[in-house]
Amino acid sequence: MAKKFLSGNEAFAEGIRLARPKVISAYPITPQTIVVERLSEMVEDGSLKAEYVHVESEHSALSCAIGASAAGARAFTATSSQGLLYMAECLYYAAGGRFPIVMMNADRSTALPWNIYGDQRDSLSQLDSGWIQAYAENAQEALDLALMSYKIAENKDVSTPYMANLDGFVLTHTYETVDIPDREQADRFLPPYETDNRIDFNNPKNMAFSAGPDTNYVFKFREHQGVLAARDVIRKTEKEFADVFGRMYSGLVENYRTEDADYILITLGSIAGLCRETADKLRENGIKAGVVRIRYMRPFPNEEIAQALKNAKAYGVLEKDISFGNEGTVFTNVNSALKKAGAAINGYDFIGGLGGRNISAGDIEDIYNGIINGTENVNFIGIRGDGNG
Amino acid sequence: MANKTAESISREEFFYGHKACAGCGGSLAVRAALKVLGPRAVSVLPAGCMSAVGFNFPQLCFSNNSIISTFAGTASMLTGVEAGLRAKGYKDFTAVGFAGDGGTADIGIQALSGAIDRNDNVIYICYDNEAYMNTGIQKSGLTPFGAKTTTTPAGHNIHGNIRPKKNMFEIAAAHDIPYAATASIGYLPDFIEKVRKASRIQGTKYIHVIAPCPTGWGIAPDQTIEIAKEVVDSGLWYLAEYQDGQFTLNHKPKEFTDVSAYLKKQGRFKHLTDEDIKVITDSRDKKWEFINKNFQL
Amino acid sequence: MRPYVRDKKTFSIDEVPVNTSFEAGYLVSVNSGWRSIRPVINSTKCVGCEQCYLYCPDGVISVCDGKAVIDYDFCKGCGICAKICRPGAIRMEAER
Repeated sequence: MAKKFLSGNEAFAEGIRLARPKVISAYPITPQTIVVERLSEMVEDGSLKAEYVHVESEHSALSCAIGASAAGARAFTATSSQGLLYMAECLYYAAGGRFPIVMMNADRSTALPWNIYGDQRDSLSQLDSGWIQAYAENAQEALDLALMSYKIAENKDVSTPYMANLDGFVLTHTYETVDIPDREQADRFLPPYETDNRIDFNNPKNMAFSAGPDTNYVFKFREHQGVLAARDVIRKTEKEFADVFGRMYSGLVENYRTEDADYILITLGSIAGLCRETADKLRENGIKAGVVRIRYMRPFPNEEIAQALKNAKAYGVLEKDISFGNEGTVFTNVNSALKKAGAAINGYDFIGGLGGRNISAGDIEDIYNGIINGTENVNFIGIRGDGNG
Repeated sequence: MANKTAESISREEFFYGHKACAGCGGSLAVRAALKVLGPRAVSVLPAGCMSAVGFNFPQLCFSNNSIISTFAGTASMLTGVEAGLRAKGYKDFTAVGFAGDGGTADIGIQALSGAIDRNDNVIYICYDNEAYMNTGIQKSGLTPFGAKTTTTPAGHNIHGNIRPKKNMFEIAAAHDIPYAATASIGYLPDFIEKVRKASRIQGTKYIHVIAPCPTGWGIAPDQTIEIAKEVVDSGLWYLAEYQDGQFTLNHKPKEFTDVSAYLKKQGRFKHLTDEDIKVITDSRDKKWEFINKNFQL
Repeated sequence: MRPYVRDKKTFSIDEVPVNTSFEAGYLVSVNSGWRSIRPVINSTKCVGCEQCYLYCPDGVISVCDGKAVIDYDFCKGCGICAKICRPGAIRMEAER
C-alpha cells in the first residue's frame, strides 16, 4: 500500500487502474477531465492495459461502453452535468441491458444558467435510469468505490451499471492523502469480468432486443430486482474489501451519533463532514444532534434511514437539488422511507449548494435550528420566501 | 449452371424469418452482406426497420451475434463492440453496422464521423430507402428532391421534399476514410463485391447501398430490384468507390434511361410537374459533370 | 443452416431471460400467412441459375439438385423471384 497526495479525480483514476477495465471511452467535461486525463496517461505508460477510445460525445461514450460490455469486456466512462444529460438515453439502455459498466460522474450544476460548479441536480435527475448510484465523501472513498464498484455491478444477482458520484471541484479537485492498494491485493479482491450476457461465437446471441407487452414487464421487474440485490452485495463486498484492505465502509448509509440523537440531518456527498462537525458543536451545548450520510441513492436505504431515525424527534434533509414544483428529490425519498416504516416525525427540506454556492458552518447551524424549532417544509438556504411544494 | 456471385457467398442464411414488408430492399442488403461476412460477423443495428422486424423476443432473426444500438449510436456501439472483442483477445471477426438513411445521415452522423475519424476497424453499411420508413415514411436527410413523404406532402404550394439528398458518400470520403463505396441492390453482385473488399481492408469502411422500400416508394413489392437498377441506369444514383484518396466510377451507363420514366413508376413522385422533373434531370447532369471530371473510370 | 422455428414458443415469467440476450436465430412464428400470391417453380424450365436465390429478400429459396426450392413457411409472396427469373420458370399463383 502506497500513500499519495491526490485529488478526488486522481484517486478515482487510481482505483480504476487497479480495476483493470479493458475499454475506456470518455468525452471531456469540466470538472471530470482530470480522471480521463490520468487514465489516458496510464494507458500510454502501460500501467493500464486498456483500449482508450476518443469518442466524439457523451452519447457515444456510453454507447461505446455498452458495445464493449456486450463484447464481455469491463468498460469505464466518466462524465458530468450536461454530459450526463446528453447520454441519458444510454443510461437507461445500459441498465435495461444489464451491462455492469462503471461511470464516474463529477456532480455539477445543470444549465441554464450555465455554471460549472458542483451540485447534485445532474445525477439525482437520473435516479430512475436503473443505475446504482453512490456518493463519495472524500478522495479515499472515491478510490475505494472505484475498486468496489465493478465487484458490486458485476455480481450475477446485480448485473447493473454503477454510477459513482463525486462532488464537482469540492471533491474532484481537492487534494488529500490517499492510500493506494497494491496491485496484487486489488487483483485478489477483484477477479476478471465473466458473463453470459455477451457476444459469443460458439453460442451466438441476439442482444438488446425488443420485448412486447407480453414479457416486457418481466424484464423491468428483473431490473428492479437487480438493483435491490445490490443492497446485500454492497455489504458483502465492503466486508471483503475490509478483509483485504483494512478499511470498512458502512453500507448504504453512514450514521454519525444517531443512536441517541433527537435531531438528525440527512445529507450526501462531501458536505457531510461539516455537518458532523456542527453536530459535535451542538452536542457540546447539550443538543443531541446526529447526521446520516446517504452513500447510496440507489438502491435507496429505506430501512437504514427509518432505523437511524427511529428515536429522533425531527429531521432535516440537506441536498444540492430541487425538483421544481415539488421539493428536493432526496427529501421525497427520505419521506417515503419513513412513511413506509410508519414513522410520524417532522421533517424539513433544505436546498443549498446550487451552482457551487458555499454552504457554511453557520448555514448548517441554522438548519439544525430549523429542525429543532420547526420551519417551512422546503427551505432555500439564503433565501426567505415560499419554497413549499 | 453456376452463378459466380452465389458461389462466392455463404450458403447459410443469417437473417431469416424477419417481419420486413414483402419485397423489402433493406432486408436484402442485410441478408446479402451477412452472407459475405459469414458467422464471424457481429452486426449492430440501430432502432429502425431492420431491428424492428428482426429482434422481437422470442422471434430473433439473426443467426450471427447481433445487437440493437440506440438510434444515434450505431457507429459508437460498433466501436465499442470491436474494441471490446479485440481487448478480450478475439481475432478474425467483423464488426458491421446496418443503419438506415435517417440513422446514418441525420441522427447517427456524429457518431459515424467519430468512428471514421478514429479509423475504427468496422464496416458501416447504410441501407438507404430514402425516408424514415419504420415510423411511417417521414422525410430524412437522404430523401430526394420532390419525394412525397408524410412530412413533405405534395400539394399545390409545395411539391414534396424541397431539398436534395445529402451526399453521404463524399462526406465519408472527406474524412479520408480507407474505403467508401456506393451501391444498389439492383446491382447485387457489385454490392457483394464491395462488402467483400471492405472486409479485407483495415480501418473504417463505409458502404452506401440504395435499398428501395415498396411501401414508402409506392411501388409493387416485385418491383424493388428493377427500380433499384433503374435509379442507377437513369443516372440518379451511381456505383463508385473511394480508396487511397481517389474516386472511381465502377459503372458508366452508355446512355441514361429516362428520368421521368423512373419517377413516374413510383407513387412518391407521381405529383411531379415537368418543371420539377427538369430540376431533377439538371441536378443529375451537374452531378455527372462532376463525376466525369473527378472520378476515375 | 438458418434460423428455424422452435418447439418452445412462449415463455413464462420464470423462463424469460435474465437479460436482453438470447439464442441467435430463435424463431417462433412463420410468415406464410402474409401471402396472397405464391411463387410456383416449373422444374422443367428452371436452369438452377440461382438468380432467385440471390435476390430473395427473405432468403427462402435454395437450389437443390439444380432446381429452385421455396420455403413456403417464410415466403411472403413478393414476386421478386418471378421477375428476376430469366427462363420464366417461376409463376405467381393466387393463394387459395
